[in-house]
Order: sequence, then structure tokens, then C-alpha cells
Amino acid sequence: MEKILEVKDLQVSFDTYAGEVKAVRGVSFHLNKGEILAIVGESGSGKSVTSKSLMKLIPNPPGRITGGEIIFKGDNLVNFTEKQMQKIRGSDISMIFQDPMTSLNPTMTVGNQIIESIIKHQKQSKHQAKDKAIKLLEMVGIPNPEKRLSSYPHQFSGGMRQRVVIAMAISCNPKVLIADEPTTALDVTIQAQILELLRNLQKRMETSIIFITHDLGVVANIADRVAVMYAGKIVEIGKVEEIFYNPQHPYTWGLLGAMPNLNEDSEELITIPGSPPNLLNPPNGDAFAERNQYAMKIDYQLEPPMFKVSETHFAATWLLHEKSPKIIPPDTLRKHRQVSAIEKQKDRLAKKREKLLEVKNLKQYFSSGSNVVKAVDGINFDIYKGETFGLVGESGCGKSTTGRTIIRLYEATDGEVLYNNVNIHDKRVSGDLQKLNQNIQMIFQDPYSSLNPRQTVADIIAEGMDIHGLASSKKERLGKVYELLETVGLNREHANRYPHEFSGGQRQRIGIARALAVDPEFIIADEPISALDVSIQAQVVNLMKKLQKEKGLTYLFIAHDLSMVKYISDRIGVMYKGKIVELAESEELYQNPLHAYTKSLLSAIPLPDPDTEKIRKRIKFDESLFWNGEGEEPILREVKEGHWVSCTEQDFQSIKKQFNAV
Amino acid sequence: MSINEKEITDDLFLPADSENGTEAISRPTITYWAEVWKRFRKNKAAFIGLILISIILALAIFGPYANEHGYDEQNLTRANLPPKIPILEQVSWLGVSGTDIQGIDRYKESGITEYFWFGTDNLGRDLWTRVWEGTRISLYIAILAALIDLIIGVVYGGISAYYGGRIDNIMQRIVEILVGIPSLIVVILLILVLQPGIISITLAMVITGWVGMARIVRGQILKLKEQEYVLASRTLGAKDRRLIWKHLIPNTMGPIIITTMFTIPTAIFTEAFLSFIGLGLQPPIASLGTLINDGYKLLRIYPHMLAFSSIIISLIMISFNLIGDGLRDALDPKMRK
Amino acid sequence: MLVTFLIIATFTFFLMQTLPGSPFNDERLSESQKEKLYERYGLDEPAPIQYVKYMANIFKGDLGVSFQYDGRPVSDIIGERIGASAVLGAQSLIIGCMVGIILGIIAAIRHNTAIDYAAMVIAVIGLSVPNFVFAGLLQYWVGVKLQWLPVAFWEGFEYSILPTISLSVFVIATIARFMRTEMLEVLGQDYIVTAKAKGLNQFAVVMRHGLRNAAIPIITILGPMTVSLLTGTLVIEKIFSVPGLGEQFVKSIMTNDFPVIMGVTLFYSILFIGVVLIVDILYGVIDPRIRLSGGTKQ
Repeated sequence: MEKILEVKDLQVSFDTYAGEVKAVRGVSFHLNKGEILAIVGESGSGKSVTSKSLMKLIPNPPGRITGGEIIFKGDNLVNFTEKQMQKIRGSDISMIFQDPMTSLNPTMTVGNQIIESIIKHQKQSKHQAKDKAIKLLEMVGIPNPEKRLSSYPHQFSGGMRQRVVIAMAISCNPKVLIADEPTTALDVTIQAQILELLRNLQKRMETSIIFITHDLGVVANIADRVAVMYAGKIVEIGKVEEIFYNPQHPYTWGLLGAMPNLNEDSEELITIPGSPPNLLNPPNGDAFAERNQYAMKIDYQLEPPMFKVSETHFAATWLLHEKSPKIIPPDTLRKHRQVSAIEKQKDRLAKKREKLLEVKNLKQYFSSGSNVVKAVDGINFDIYKGETFGLVGESGCGKSTTGRTIIRLYEATDGEVLYNNVNIHDKRVSGDLQKLNQNIQMIFQDPYSSLNPRQTVADIIAEGMDIHGLASSKKERLGKVYELLETVGLNREHANRYPHEFSGGQRQRIGIARALAVDPEFIIADEPISALDVSIQAQVVNLMKKLQKEKGLTYLFIAHDLSMVKYISDRIGVMYKGKIVELAESEELYQNPLHAYTKSLLSAIPLPDPDTEKIRKRIKFDESLFWNGEGEEPILREVKEGHWVSCTEQDFQSIKKQFNAV
Repeated sequence: MSINEKEITDDLFLPADSENGTEAISRPTITYWAEVWKRFRKNKAAFIGLILISIILALAIFGPYANEHGYDEQNLTRANLPPKIPILEQVSWLGVSGTDIQGIDRYKESGITEYFWFGTDNLGRDLWTRVWEGTRISLYIAILAALIDLIIGVVYGGISAYYGGRIDNIMQRIVEILVGIPSLIVVILLILVLQPGIISITLAMVITGWVGMARIVRGQILKLKEQEYVLASRTLGAKDRRLIWKHLIPNTMGPIIITTMFTIPTAIFTEAFLSFIGLGLQPPIASLGTLINDGYKLLRIYPHMLAFSSIIISLIMISFNLIGDGLRDALDPKMRK
Repeated sequence: MLVTFLIIATFTFFLMQTLPGSPFNDERLSESQKEKLYERYGLDEPAPIQYVKYMANIFKGDLGVSFQYDGRPVSDIIGERIGASAVLGAQSLIIGCMVGIILGIIAAIRHNTAIDYAAMVIAVIGLSVPNFVFAGLLQYWVGVKLQWLPVAFWEGFEYSILPTISLSVFVIATIARFMRTEMLEVLGQDYIVTAKAKGLNQFAVVMRHGLRNAAIPIITILGPMTVSLLTGTLVIEKIFSVPGLGEQFVKSIMTNDFPVIMGVTLFYSILFIGVVLIVDILYGVIDPRIRLSGGTKQ
């Protein structure tokens, strides 16, 4: 196979106040012609820096390439001048960025933004360039390309903008396309469309793609080969099947194990303890040793070289050395492990009979000027004691608003919320409200804005105790704080520290400790893991599961990550445009989705399993089929015990018939 | 592979007995304000500003007592003397040797042996005393105005943002109208009515000055209200008092301090400006503005009368601006990692 | 807009009523002048009717008569004086914006270099040193000592150089600082990286993608900028004896010529309101997000 790009021992550093941060520490890989190479890693692993370095787009200062070679067409790009690089950028190598909302110039029409690089690199007239731009827009699937040419970016939706960005990137038929997390900022259904588009374009234009991502599902979907990065190094590289079905590096094991698989069911996720090292002073030896449960003495002394597993598969871990003891990777990694789902389900059904929370016709409208946004538009559901109820949906569907309205952060426009049969949305005396605030608690999404930067961890955690007068003395208060810190896996010494000293996952656990401080029965978790890296997500989810078991908590788990929701929830409600369209036992929902939207949502989730991904078909949901206010309004109807679907009377009958036929 | 295989002994492959999974924290413990101070100190310009202001403040407080002359002590026999400072008088280009622009030693002419460091004015008043006295009054007016602005602005902006809804709407309409009025003109008109004096000048500046602070506080509180830690506190059942004192105020301090740092030089400028167009303090009281105004009248013959007050007002303004800039950088959460 | 103006007009009306030495109760006025005023404002009538008449007169452009110039209409005085001020203001604004923007861009592109530091030192000094101090410095060194340029009066272009420089220093400093901050912010945006990734050179990136986006927030400071220019003209015209509106205003304050003070105040207010209006319109022109959604920026 022809190598189109080769990177040898690339090193990139950033000069900061504190000193030199070695973001990329000797990365070597090559890109074959016509393949898609995925680089996966968590935030701070250096994957984005690597990709930007290939085009020398690292802001300098503070960043600089301190060593290595980037060989493209026989030239070493590291030695190229800025002028020479300008010729390569956009024509031979081009790039797609993460956030389509910010990667287009808001004050320039999309047409002009596409034309720009065509004129620059292909020396065409403005007229020719315009024709080409129309063709490009058509190619990436934008309807009415002639008209859309003169639109501004804000007139497009997120997915459409990303298509425009792609059109810009492929405008000069690049040999190499670097896609830096191109779907991370998008909803799953849009993500599925963009991935499909990229794959088709890649086949048609025979470009090679370097695809940066943190999502193993996306990798399984799109990649031919995979490079796993950790702490500025590639720790494992190989064909996608090799990485997913025969991983060799303990970090890869951890990453794969930390992700729940939709098709599988396991009790506990594998976590990678701790957090990535500080690259200001990278540790000696293997940077992963600190978090590696199989760490050996040598890991702390010598950096492991790349060991060859097969012709295409290499991994940097001492475990592959001939003198190393043989270690068997954890169970959960075995392919397609089937657990008897039905038994589990029965178990779950048995434990929930007592209604804890009933939401009845809840509405939350926001008005800004003359237009009213119906964020939550008449939803109904119950939550039983001790269960986890998952609420999923894409951005803007009203799931977070639902959570916030239940706990009365917003005053509901209409409807009732009964907690233990008491309507908690009544105007009532403050004493009851206080009690309610003790019973219902919330965990928030953003680990950075959910903790007051001016308070110590102890004060943050003890806030609820202070409000409700739960600690009678300073000593008792501190004692409780220590206890909570240990419950969530932190140390006593952390009590006097400030939030900014902690990592995202640690902060999220402080947030959980704060909620637990008032001994609540019911916790609303509003996207508690979506801002965290995969391995950290697993830590938080495991913690939540453990707490549920120990304290008998009930959860409302709001998220857009369907695989996590399925993993943690007993029952799931799917929201779309302010309404619940389907509600069922989680297993039932995934096995037997009935609503068209649920089907499309489920089919859009990429699974960390390349074999399945290759044969999966996506189901598209036609938005125009959704009830638009005319004709019979579909309502939630129970089609089968515990399985509710939003449908019209007619649909209901036909679904019923189907079930009876079975 | 550059690793020497012989060095790799068997015992290196024994499991390491490190404590796995401890929650290490890489950052040192440091309180917010200590960190702000650390960053502020690193900013050389801001630090110089701080030192300059300290010196000027000290001189404004103690300067007038450095000699026996009072700020209103007239003596025509020693009128219009150029500055003369011991030792520095040897350095000719500094212009503090007691000779005027014609090169005549006025001290010899008038037979005066005393040194007037900043010279004297046309009524023979000691300019050193008058300049520091004036600085004192200017700073007094400016700081007073800034403080009143701060109080009104914080309360107004805070109430407007915190309660929101209709209250906010009405309060914002009022602010919009006030913003639409060129403030200096209102100040001028008010002083015409109130007659110039320390209190009236301060009041006139405050009448429009608080709006800026109110807007900033409102903006900040609106932003904070949506922060998840405020929501978290609400879900825990926190009452207004707790939200305001524990969450909103501590996190609004930064912008408030920065704004105040920029209000002070503006107020000093406004006061000087008013003096300059004839609406300043009445003699014999001096402020930097009135001194500059007086100095202008004799600019061509006795430039020293303008020089010192101008230099000091410029230094004050520069210092406050530098400190403000430094604080803004030091308090900016974006810089915080 | 209109509300603001009405409030200012009402405010001036009440000031007229209460001021010692206002046209309504000044002892220095001759009988004939008083009669004229009484007739004009109908002072024998009750206050509300006086107020209505006063407002009606304002809308007709009648701002009363000056004492100092023996009954000359204020609007005539404004008309005669506005020319020099307008020239001075426009020159300063144009030079200030141009130099400021260029300085700001250069500082941003050469971020953290000696050029950047030098530009920012100049800006801080320009922002801090009061314009009357700066004008004095210029007048003394360039005018009196070096004798390069005339120090006073208004008899041709060279007479306008020193006042223009004195006035524009503040504009330059403010705009340069603002431009630098905005440009740095914009240059850190993703779409700038996108533009670079297309292979555009730095000049094209800054000019085509940076400038317009950085300029949008600059428009916000145009309002306050005009006010500071306006007040600047008061002192600068006085210092350089420019026969403009500002100089007249200061003179009127010294001589307690209230009708002129009030008239000019109202005129300034209208000017300011007009600028705010223009700024709003400019927003739409330069920012497609506002133009196309039809809304205004908060």
C-alpha cells in the first residue's frame, strides 16, 4: 500500500507560564492512500495537537514543533516555510473542525467562504469558482445550492453548517483530509448523517482521512485503522478489528470496557482509576503506569517501545515483552457477550411498584417577546421508588427543562408534579418546600460551572447541611463532609481545597457529594456525564449505581448518550420536541422500538463494534411526519404492559393488531 | 529500539506496589485572592502603577506639611517664582534651578533665599503646598464619587438582575433613558444649579455615573444566576440572603473592583474638566483642575505653573488605568486554568 | 429616542425656571427684554401652558434668545458656530479611527512583541493624559517654543492641526486598545483557523475574516466616543481660541448666558441621540446576523 503521509517521532510543546508542556511526545504513524485512520484519545491526549501540527496550524507562540518529521510527497513539512505551507493547506491537505457553529465566519456568505480557497489554489475565475461551489454544496447534500450560496452561516442548522465546512475542505480535492472531532458537537442522528457523508465522499474522491475522535463507536463505524493516544503518545495502533477484538494495551482495555455496549449487558463498567498525567512534568517510564492495575516495576522506570503484535498491529506496553507475565484482558471485552436480558428485566419489574413521582401534563413555555417556545409541552410519566428513569433526547428536546421544572427551578406553565402523592407545585408554606428540597436533589452537567469557585470544597458540600440545619456543631459538619468525600472516592485532605484544583471527574463527584449531604431520596441527574471523558464517565456512573444500591436512591437520569442511559436506567422515556414519544422498560425499548423517532435514534448510535457497524442500516426519521398541530393529536398510549407510544387512535389499533398477531 | 535488552532484568516485571487509584491533585492549594495578587504582581506595569499611586497618595496626605506655607497664604513679593529644588538645581535641563524661561534667576532678583520646590503662583502662594492640597481634594472627590457610584450601582444593578421580570424591565427602561443623555451635559447643568463646591461636584458626577456600574453588576448577576452552582444552591433550598451573600456577591467582586478602578480616573478627569470650563471649586480652594486652569493663563511666561499639576494629574490617571488593566487581567476567569 | 429628548427638554425647562439669573427671573434684564420674554413664553400663564409653549418652540427650532448678544436667537448663534466645531470633530474622528484601527491591528498581529508593547504604552498614555494637558504641551512646545504651527485662532488648515491632534489622541488610544482586544479575540476564533487551513496568507486572513468581525464591537463605543469628542471640543476650542460651538458654550457658562447654555445643551442632546441612531443602523449594515433577523443587538 502506498503511504501518502508519514509522521516520524513528532514532538510538540507549548510554552506556558508554568513551563514547557510537552503535548505531543514522539508520535509516529503513517497514512495509507485511500484509508481512514482514526486517532482516539481522551481530552489532553494530544490528538488534536497532532492533527493541527500536520498542517502547522499550531498557534506559535506558545506552541512549537520541537522535533520529528512530517513526510508528505517526499518533503518534510516541518522544514517548510509559512509561504510553502500556505500552498499545501487547503489544496493538498485540508481540515474539518469540531464545532460548525464557530468554524465559519459569521459575517461572510458561505459561498464566498467556499470560493476563497478555489480561487486561491486552482486559479479559477470567480464565475468558475462559483459553479464549482454550487456543485460542492450539492455533493455534500445541501438543498437549493444556488440560493444557499449567498446565505450566511447563521441561517444554517448545525448539521448543515458542518456540511458547508466539509464542502470547503474538499473544494480542491485534497490528498489528505484531517477531520478533528467533526461530529462531537452534533446530535447522534446528525452525526450518523455526517459520518455517512464522509464515508461516501472518501470513496468517491479517494482521499485519505485522518479522523480524530474520542468516541469509540464512531471509530468502529468509520475507521480502517486506529491509533490510540495517551499522554502525548500513541500507545497502540492497528487495524480496527485488531484494536477492538484483540487489544493489547491496558489503556485500550480500559477505554473499551468503560463504554457500555448497547448489545450487551454487564453489571459494572470497567474504570480507569485516576486521571491523565500532567504533561508539564511527564512521569518517568510509561505515562499510563499510575492508572494501570497491571503495572510492573519496569513501567515506572523505562518507557515501553512499540512491540509488534502483527504486521499491522503495534502496542507500547511492557506486557508484550517476552519476560512479562501473561495477563488475560478483562472479561467484558469478549465479543458479543450475551446476558439473559429477560431475567434481569423480571428482577427489575419486581422491585418497583410504589410510585414516588408522578408528572401530569407538565408544560413549560418560555416567551421571549412575541414568540413562545414550548420547551416542555404536556408530558406525563411516573417514577417508581428505587428505579432509575432515563430521559433521552437530542439537544433542544426539553429534557433538561423537564428536570429543572420538576425541582421548581422554573415555575411550571401548567400541570402537576406529585411527589409521594403531594402536588409539589402548589403554592405552599415554605416549610414544606424546605422539606422537598431535602428530599429531591439535583446533579448538574457542567463540572466547571456547578461549583462556586470562591468556596472551599467543604463549604460546597456542607451547603445543604447549613441550609437545613443538619449539623449541630462544626465538628459534626466536618465529620459529615469527610464521610461524604470518602463516599464519592475523594480524600479528607481535599476538604479545604478550591474547585479549580480538581479535574472534571473529581468535580462531578464533589457535586454528587453536595447532593447527598441532605440525604435525599430522589436525585435528578441532568446530563451528569456528558462533559466527561469516557473513562471518567464510567467512574461517575459506577459511583451512582453503587450509591443507589447502598442508599436506595431513585434517579431521574437525563442524557443524550443513549448507550449510557440504557446501561443505567430501568425505564426510559424518549423526548422529542417537548413531548415524550415513547416510554418503556429499557431492554424492551432497545429491542422493540415502536415510534419512528426512537427507531432512528437507536439506529444512529454508533456501537464500539466494527463488525456490527459495517452491516448496520440507519433509519431516517422524517420530521414532517411529526404531528404539526393539524388533525388528531397523537397521545401516549399503552400498547403493551409498560410500553407506551405516542400515536393516534388508528396507529394504536394497528400496533395492537401486530402484537396480537405475534 | 534503542533499549538495551540486557538491562531489562526479570525482576522488573514484578507487579509494582504503587497505590493505584489515589486521587492525586497536581495543583497547589491557593486561595482566589492570593492567586489574583500573585498574577497582579507579575504584571510590571500594573505594579508600577500601584507604587506610583501609593507615592502620590502619601504626598497628597503629607506633602502640604513639608513646609510652613499654607495653601492660601499670599505674598506678592514672591509672586511667580519658578521652581527651585536643592541639589537638583545643579542639573540645568530639569528646569528647577530657579531661573525662568528668559534665563534670569528670579530668586536672586527678588532676594529670596528660601527654596520653593514647585515655585509660586501669581499671588505668591507656594505651589508645592497648593498642588498636593489640590491632589488631595481631587482624589477625595474622585474616590467619594466612585464609592457612591459603587453603592448605588451595585444595589440598583443587583436588584434589577436578581428579581428580574417586570422590576428589571422598568429599571432597565430608566437606565436606557439615562444612558441616552450625554452625562457631562447633565453634570454641567446641575452644577449651574447647585453652585460649584466639593459636594455639588461629587453629586453631579454621581447622578449619571452610577449607571455604568449598575449595568455591569446587572450583567454579571444575570450571568451568575444561570450558573449551575447557583441553581444547585437553589435546589438545596437556599434563601435569597444566602444566594446573594455566598454566591452572587463574592463572584461579582472582580468586575466591581475593576469598574471602580476605572471610575476613579474618569472622575478625576471630570472634576478637572469642570474646573477648566469655569465650573470648578471657588478660590482659594484648589483642585488639580483649578490649578491647571490657572496655569493656562500664564502658560507662555511661567510654564511651571501648569507643569506640575499637569504631570501629577497625568500620573494619577495613568496609574489608575494601569492598575485597572492589571486587575482586569488578574481577575479574568478566562486566564484561570 | 424621543422619550430621552423629551426628558432632556423638560429638564432644561425646569432648570430655566429655578436657575438664579434665568431668563424668567433675572434682575439684569432690561424691561424691554423681559417683555419680549414674557410675550414669548407667556409667563403670565400657568406653568403647564408655559411648558407646552416652550416645547412647541423647541420643535420649531426656536431655542430662545441670548442675553449676551442682545437678543440674537440662540439658533442663529449655533448655526454660526457649528462649522468650526464640525470640521474639528470630523477631522479628529476620522484621523482617530484610522490611526487607532491600524495601531490596534498591528498590535494584535504582533501580540506580545515590542511593537505591541509600544502601541499599548502609547494607548495608555493617550487614554490617561487629559486632553487639556496634552493641548497645553503641544501649544507650548510646537507653538511657542518651536514656532512650527499657530497656537490659536481659526484661519486656515494649519490652524486646525494642533487642535485636531489634541482631540484625536484620546480617540486613537481608545480605538487602538479596543481594536487590539477585539482582534486578539477574533484571531483566536475557530473560523480564523479555518481560514488559515484554506491556505490564505496572514494579510488575507486578517483583512477578510478578522477586520469585519472585530469591527462590530467597535461600533458600540462610537456613541460614547462622540460624547467625549464633544466635551473635548469645549476645552480644546477654548485653549486654541477656535470660534466653535464649544468655545461659545464655555463663554456662555462664564457669562451666565442661560438661553445659549440651554440651547446648546439641547442641540448636543439631539446630536448624541442621532449618533446612537446611526450606530444602531450601522450594526445592521455590518452584521448580517442582525440585518437578516431584523432584530437589534441587546
